[in-house]
Order: sequence, then C-alpha cells, then structure tokens
Amino acid sequence: MMENPYAHDFLREALWVGWIIGTVCAVLSCYLVLKGWSLMGDAISHAVLPGVVLAYLAGLPILFGAFVAGMVCALLSGYLKANSRIKEDAVLGIVFTGLFAFGLVLFSKTATTLHLDHILFGNILGLEPGQVERTLWTGGLMLLILVFLRRDLLLLCFDPLHARSLGMRTQILTHVLLALIAAAVVLSMEAVGILLVVAMLITPGCTGFLLSPRFEWMMLIAVASTWVAFTLGIAFSFWLNASTSACIVLVQSGIFAGAWLLGPRHGLLWRRQVQRV
Amino acid sequence: MTTPCISTPMSLRVEGVTVTYPNGHTALKDASFSLEAGSICAMVGVNGSGKSTLFKSIMGFVEPQKGSVRIAGLGVKEACRANGVAYVPQSEEVDWSFPVLVRDVVMMGRYGHMNALRISRRADREAVRQALKRVGLLELQERQIGELSGGQKKRVFLARALAQEAKLILLDEPFTGVDVTTEHTIIGLLRELREAGHIILVSTHNLGSVPEFCDQVVLINRRILAQGTTSEVFTAENLLQAFGGKLRHFRLDDAPGSNPLVLTDDERPLVLGHGGKVEDKGDPSES
Repeated sequence: MMENPYAHDFLREALWVGWIIGTVCAVLSCYLVLKGWSLMGDAISHAVLPGVVLAYLAGLPILFGAFVAGMVCALLSGYLKANSRIKEDAVLGIVFTGLFAFGLVLFSKTATTLHLDHILFGNILGLEPGQVERTLWTGGLMLLILVFLRRDLLLLCFDPLHARSLGMRTQILTHVLLALIAAAVVLSMEAVGILLVVAMLITPGCTGFLLSPRFEWMMLIAVASTWVAFTLGIAFSFWLNASTSACIVLVQSGIFAGAWLLGPRHGLLWRRQVQRV
Repeated sequence: MTTPCISTPMSLRVEGVTVTYPNGHTALKDASFSLEAGSICAMVGVNGSGKSTLFKSIMGFVEPQKGSVRIAGLGVKEACRANGVAYVPQSEEVDWSFPVLVRDVVMMGRYGHMNALRISRRADREAVRQALKRVGLLELQERQIGELSGGQKKRVFLARALAQEAKLILLDEPFTGVDVTTEHTIIGLLRELREAGHIILVSTHNLGSVPEFCDQVVLINRRILAQGTTSEVFTAENLLQAFGGKLRHFRLDDAPGSNPLVLTDDERPLVLGHGGKVEDKGDPSES
C-alpha cells in the first residue's frame, strides 16, 4: 500500500495552491488557445526573469518586477509588430529570448539569495508561510475579473471587428487579457516556475477544446483536468521523489493525449472507427 | 436600462478619408461618398483597392489620418455604441472551429443592448429567435458553427446583424462560396431591409449580381472613382477603369442581336448590352 501524500500538511498546502493557480491558468488558457496566443504565454513567462532580478536589486517586491517585465514584453512586441514588416510570432520570439537572456546575464552577475532553479522550475513543496492565503486572494480576484469579462473576452477572441462595431473598447480589453496572462505567470512562478507555467496556459484549454464544441464545457473540462493534474502530479512526485512541477505537467500532457486519442467527437480512435464503417 | 438606438433616419457620409498604415502604405486617399436611408450600395474594386480599409474606418477599427465618417450625423464611436453599425464578415475570416453554437453567435449581436455582464433578457432571446427564423436557421440553432454548409454559415452572421437591429449593415463578400438558393434568400432579405430604411453596403466581386439588387454603386481603387446609381455608374467603361487589366472581358460577337459584353472577376459574370449599359434582365437564376 502506497502512503497517502496528502496526510502531510505541506503537501496539502501545495495542493491548495496548485488548485487555485491551476484554475486561473486553465480559464485563461481557453481564451489564449482560441485567440491563437499560445506563444504569448510562452513569451511573457520567459520575459519575467529580468524583472525578478532587477526588482531584487532595487529592493522592490519581486512579484511586482516580474509583472512589469511581462507587460513590457507584451507591449514591446505589439509595438514592434505594428512598426516593422516582421510577423507577430517572430517578433515575440526575438523579444522574449532577448529579455530572458538579459535576465540570465543579470542573474549570473548578481550575488542574490534567489534560486534560479526555483524561478525556472518552481518550488511548490517549499511554500512560504502565508502563501496559500496570498494565492487565494490574488487568484480569486483574477477569477472575478475573468467571470465579469467572460463574454467580452470570448467575443474579442472570436470576432474583434464585431466587438469594435458594437463600440467595445477592444484595445483596452486586449491589454486586460495581456495583464491577466502576466499576472497568471507571476502567480504561478513560485509554485511551478516560469518554464512550466507555459504548459498550464496552453494544455488545459487544448484538452477542453478537443472534448467539447461548447465554450462553457471546454472551460469546465480545462479546469477539471488541471485539478486532476495537480492532485496526481504532486502525489507522483512524492512517491517517485521526482521534480514536482514536471510531474504535474506530465499528468497534464497525459490527459491531453488521452483526449486526443479517445475524445468522442474529434478523437483519433473514434475517427478510425468511423472510417472503417 | 434603456437600450441605446439611433432615432434619426440613417445616413452615411464619408468625407475626404485618407488612411495610411504604420508601414507607410496609403490604402485610401481622399475618399468621399454619401448614402441615404433605404439604399443598397455595392462597393466594387480589385483586391487591395481599399475596400476593407474603408469598412474598417466606418467601424472605427482604423482611424483615418484625414477626413471623417459620420453615421446618422454621429461620429463613428457614438454610432457604434448606439448599435448603429453591423458587420457581416467574409467567411474566410471566421474561425469555424470556434466552440460556439449558432445561437451564441447571433446572441453576440445583442451584446450592445445588454448590461456590462452581457446577461440576456427575454427581449434579447426573442430578437435572436426572430433573426434565426428570418434566415431559416431556427432548427439548426444548437449546431456548432463549423457543422453548417457554406450558405448556412453566411446566414448565421446575417442573423447576427438582424438581431443587432443596426440600421447600417456592412457585408463583406456575401456571395462567396454560397449556393444560389442562399444568394436569393440573402438578396430578398436585403431588399426587405432597404424598404425598412436601412443602408446596406456590400463589398463584392460578384459583378453579375450587382444590377439585380443594388441601387447604388461605389467604384473604388485607393480613391473613389465613381459613385451614383447603378445605371449611371455600373458601365463597362467605368468597370474597366476600376479594374485595370485585372478583369476578364470578352464580346460575344456570335450572339444574335445586341453583341453583349461579358465582364467577370472570376465570380458570376456581368453581361452588358448596348453601349455598355446594364440591360433589364428577367429571372436572374436563368443566367
């Protein structure tokens, strides 16, 4: 009989934090996937690094620096795209790798108490006291904003021209979505790290998309799959003594693969069978 | 909460509009034309002639460097917020795999009538139902939008414009990839809307259908080449000027009688009779 990991307080706390950030990221991922912004999540998360180091050097809150750096990446990319002939994906690639490299150089030249591997891969089992509450408040506020704007954001992803013709402020809405992505990265940074948060911002939405033709269901499936991923992922990392964030992402990828193979409408096996009939 | 709407008769005035994109490309130069309530106007020009730029400036999606657009006497922003403008996109611009149902898309037309949370009320649901009924999609309202045929897809977005109750409707290539039945349904609906005092601006390559349902024509090639009634403007001479060498045209010398001129932009061809003028036609489905 394997030991129940959730008999331990620190693992139960890790699970709570995981569920909260997982929920926020899963909801956001639905919009990102539909808007075709998956790379944006990738870009913002990498770009956070120089912000973390600079905020540390300036004595500012690290999370604040991270958020600002994420927004700088998004806005700088938007500006470059509008004022050059280069396409969006390439612009993003240039900006975020540049900022990430800048962060690495800064980090290697600064004596800090920061752990690079904690920033990159997270440290969900070593949460600081009060972090559960902090995550709950921030995550709750973000979910509230997302619930309030859910229809407007969906329309922004589906048909921005129509949104504009209704007189909606699409530019502000776009920036709100970018800010939410940056905030989600910051929220998840200490738990899963900036490299693997990308998976949180892409995979759940894709799983939901494969399994349902309705947005509401897509979102519920995305959130549920994330809860399962955190619950099983933390348990596996405990049993196997392996990297926690990697285990969580692995479970998430496994759920996606399952949806792709066995999904009722678009699933690979299902399609095979239809072809045979 | 009262629903914003425009009470004065609809009119569209485009005055001296010039649009230059940040990459330096001037898509539209000093464009002026105007339309009054109760008209269907075709906007005809080659690809890249500024048709979509003009649409975008009417919707406030691009800001002209010079000139102005007035809709029912209001600025673009005010008119849009008052549900004055509806847009029916090209089929190619829509992500048909998007997880929304037919009903959801039509409901998006009602967002301007709802509060900030976009919660539908009885009036909204009724408007959606009526719009779906008018375009004949009531039975298919629970379908995901990708599960529709080409003609049905087009009608979903027309239903959205109907539900929006906008008096100015912009249609982008409404007949591309559409069967003849749907084409006639759409044209019938547009005529009804014209009778109700709407202004409908149609961007189209389907030259053959223009004389059938458009009373006004705007010829565009980065600037407005001509505007006026279809019989005045929609002539062989003007069209050949608007399209340069990009239009197929041939004279059917073997045909008895009038030696008709056939113009085509790879969709339904336009057949012109004596002197390059539009001929009175019988049933269009015969062509």
